[in-house]
Amino acid sequence: MKYDWDTIGEDGLHFFGTVSASISHEIKNVLAILNENAGLMEDLVSMAEKGISLNNERLKSIAVSMKKQIQRGDLIAKNMNRFAHSVDDFLITVDVSETLELVVSLSGRSADMRGVRLNPQYIPRKICISTHPFFLETLLWRCLNVAITFSGKEKTVGIMIEEMGKGARVSFSGLNNLSALLPDEFPSKRENALRDALCADIGMDVTCGQIWVNLPEKIGA
Amino acid sequence: MKARILIVDDEQEFVLALSERLTIRDYDVTTSFSGDDAIEKVSHYSFDVVILDVLMPVRDGIEVLREIKRIKPLTEVIMLTGNATVETAIEGMKLGANDYLMKPCETEELVRKLDSAFKKKTEHEERIWAARAKEIISSPRTALKH
Repeated sequence: MKYDWDTIGEDGLHFFGTVSASISHEIKNVLAILNENAGLMEDLVSMAEKGISLNNERLKSIAVSMKKQIQRGDLIAKNMNRFAHSVDDFLITVDVSETLELVVSLSGRSADMRGVRLNPQYIPRKICISTHPFFLETLLWRCLNVAITFSGKEKTVGIMIEEMGKGARVSFSGLNNLSALLPDEFPSKRENALRDALCADIGMDVTCGQIWVNLPEKIGA
Repeated sequence: MKARILIVDDEQEFVLALSERLTIRDYDVTTSFSGDDAIEKVSHYSFDVVILDVLMPVRDGIEVLREIKRIKPLTEVIMLTGNATVETAIEGMKLGANDYLMKPCETEELVRKLDSAFKKKTEHEERIWAARAKEIISSPRTALKH
């Protein structure tokens, strides 16, 4: 395998920064909802102290809403933690399904912002490969970003993972606007640098509206 | 007179909780969960102040602000922002937004900014009416124009 460290490094930093900013924004939203709900409970208690009767059902619904946001915040923190730990080991065995699931979660807000629905189909069994986990996440994220951008009028991206020999294929479908891609826009220098580092293959079918990444069982295999 | 407030944010639970809190404080509150819906409501109804989230799906806060200022230029707008979007909120102020607030925000600060924006709008409208009245008095025929 070969490493274009300059491109991979710059791209990795961009990926890290974008995802971190998105996570922090989501956490802010969770805190804002908790803040308003806590304030609302304070308001209702103040009103009760002035003689206006407390609505128990209303209090219950506020508590339910707060619990829901805490669960949401917990999931965001879990994903952030998994993302942070993806740089612990340079080369390790990973479950591609799990990695894809993480990348899809991290990209959720970006898809929402562009009005695109992500439709992943995960498989119940593991597909394990020996690879660079952070580079794999970066490449999948880049491909998903292109898929979201060129999803076309239907604004839906299908995401699939399947076994390819002893490796894996991750594909993104429903990309009806792929014909609008400029030459060298995808795969660009950035995707190609990651492809080379992962000994992967990147493919695209404009007619079928699909892009895919083939990953080997082992780097150097 | 109750200030007429429109809260615009894609986070529904945030909007509903804030709406209830402002209603308790005697504001006349309407809610909207998207930029398109907000623009539709501003076109058909009069609001004194719009509390507008910067980062929303499909149509962001800046785009919505531009439309509000085009349709109802006297409507005051307060931008709501997270950490990374403070610069965008400031850009909004250059485009005519009255002020901005960081999420999560202190209620007292929000109320202060709401009241200040409402006061500014009311005073501006009074100046317009006064100018119009002066115009009609000085030249009664102009009343026929309006």
